[in-house]
Amino acid sequence: MAYLELSHVRKAFPGGTVAVEDFSLSAEQGEFVSFLGPSGCGKTTTLRMIAGFERPTSGTITLDGRDITDISPNQRNVGMVFQSYALFPNMTVADNVAFGLTIRKRPKDQVTKRVDELLQIVNLPDKGKRYPYQLSGGQQQRVALARALAFEPQVLLLDEPLSALDAKIRVALRQEIRSIQRQLGITTVYVTHDQEEALSLSDRVVVMSEGRMEQVGHPFEIYNFPATAFVASFVGTLNVLPGVVVNAGSGELTIAGQRVRLKSSFEGVVGREVKVALRPEMVSLGSAGDAENHLTGKVTDVSFLGSIVRIRVGLAGENGADGPTVILDEFNEPTLKLPTLGDTATVNFPQVGPLVLDAKAPVESLEELIAEG
Amino acid sequence: MSQGSGGAGSTIAATMYMKQALGNKPSRRRRRGLGSIVWWIVFLIGVLYFFVPLVATLLFSLKPAAFGDAYVATAHDTELFGSLLYSFVIAIITVIGSTLLIVPTAYWVRLKVPRARPLVEFITLLPFVVPPVILVFGLLNTYSHPPLFLTETNLGNDVLMVCAYIVLSFPYMYRAVDTGLRAIDIRSLTEAGQSLGAGWFRILWSVILPNLRVSILAGAFLTVAIVVGEFTIAIFLGRKTFAPFLSILGDHDPYEQGAVTLVSFGITWLAMGLIGLVGRGSRARIQVAGAH
Repeated sequence: MAYLELSHVRKAFPGGTVAVEDFSLSAEQGEFVSFLGPSGCGKTTTLRMIAGFERPTSGTITLDGRDITDISPNQRNVGMVFQSYALFPNMTVADNVAFGLTIRKRPKDQVTKRVDELLQIVNLPDKGKRYPYQLSGGQQQRVALARALAFEPQVLLLDEPLSALDAKIRVALRQEIRSIQRQLGITTVYVTHDQEEALSLSDRVVVMSEGRMEQVGHPFEIYNFPATAFVASFVGTLNVLPGVVVNAGSGELTIAGQRVRLKSSFEGVVGREVKVALRPEMVSLGSAGDAENHLTGKVTDVSFLGSIVRIRVGLAGENGADGPTVILDEFNEPTLKLPTLGDTATVNFPQVGPLVLDAKAPVESLEELIAEG
Repeated sequence: MSQGSGGAGSTIAATMYMKQALGNKPSRRRRRGLGSIVWWIVFLIGVLYFFVPLVATLLFSLKPAAFGDAYVATAHDTELFGSLLYSFVIAIITVIGSTLLIVPTAYWVRLKVPRARPLVEFITLLPFVVPPVILVFGLLNTYSHPPLFLTETNLGNDVLMVCAYIVLSFPYMYRAVDTGLRAIDIRSLTEAGQSLGAGWFRILWSVILPNLRVSILAGAFLTVAIVVGEFTIAIFLGRKTFAPFLSILGDHDPYEQGAVTLVSFGITWLAMGLIGLVGRGSRARIQVAGAH
């Protein structure tokens, strides 16, 4: 049995709004799982059900074999870090961190020792006597993390902990969170709408939409092999090109009337319209070998994005009409020759990698695909 | 050509605008000067409204042949200080009772049943609608016979008086506490407390109450002021609090009554200053924390 297990959890609010539908997840001890999705997808509600702030309408939640579905939040031994920090303004940093231990009636010397230890871990060893208002946002969130970890909870829950911070601090703090989590080996559930955060931190990512789990998997799997059109479009930048099936068994189809071939076969009758998902970094300018696919069009935009240059190539549609646009990213090197607007350009992309969405493709195992890639 | 005329047109428009702007300056200054005079007149009326009665009382209290006689009598009046002390004790018990009733109620309503807020607000405003005389007659009718014959004993009458004063404190206490609760994120603080293992009582006592200190002090101050000055309920319940004492004093020694009024006024201001001092530190802390 998994350490933290949610089984067919459903949450409907009075008035009929269903926030979470049939959510099942098993997390192992020490695992870092992220819930990723847009606002209102049910990720925070699910987290709040684990914390005990919301009661599931149906389903069960177990922690280390103990059914905690109906147990009150203060009896669960689950630590939580809030988006708004939720530090107690009337207490010093040390008192905030010590709060959970004082509640558990730990001896005073033990409390002091543990508080010092935690403040050391979150790199605030000399801030114990300060009040929350005397700290920056990033420091306050570190205190909140220390407070949530101080009483050694079985699970750590983080509800968009970095969203109120500026970009630089966010990146630095997320690395710290991951390193502390690894150091302590605590099972962690992290809620975010920031895909970069979820992909860089997690052992596994749960992508959610409209209360449902869209896909659960390793960040690599989520990014490279999205199971649904939603995951493909939500995680990363994606070309979603309309295609028409020519021979599903041999992976052949046409995009804007130009024939392409994919390595993996998919299901679909001849002439069926499908969507082909293609990451910009898979596509490059110029024609490569025969093993690659080629599409020809006109350059419609060139954007400089720092380390990469994003180029848009508009494909000609049927009967001369405007067709779909392919976005491709080129690494910004001093020798890079940029095309000019209106140039005819050929783009190429590999046979392995593009996905036919919602066509029930018989995808090979992840390891196989990684090896091939 | 058109370009040239357009340019000239815009230059003329700009010049006119500048002239208008410059021309407006003195009139704006004049208007500001007029506003300032109106402000000073309003301020002066306010000062006169508050201070003329005080000055008149002071002059009246100094009228007896020997200067300051009324104040000497006040200083030696043990009954006065007895009644003042009694009123303050009743006021403090009222504040404690009101806090114990209002803080958990306002907290619970904000956290769990926000839809009930208008109803609770209406109930807390009832003391403004129901005059104290109606309230005290209601209490006398209910508790002056068995099974709850509270008016029979002094303690019973004190209990009735405190209960009535708690009701009178509702509008002030509830508003002050509710405003304080609005200034802090009680949901997150409560959930943080719960996730750390605290129960409801601990959260209220250690987290919510300390963050409401300033609000409770503000409500407490108003409550003390009302209780110390309340006359109707005290007189009908036969209690010798400060207000009935002052009224009786006025019948046989109006000069001392004036002196006592000013002394009690001073004590009240002193109390207000102390509350301000106590609350200053925590107010700054809570406000700055909320700004993050």
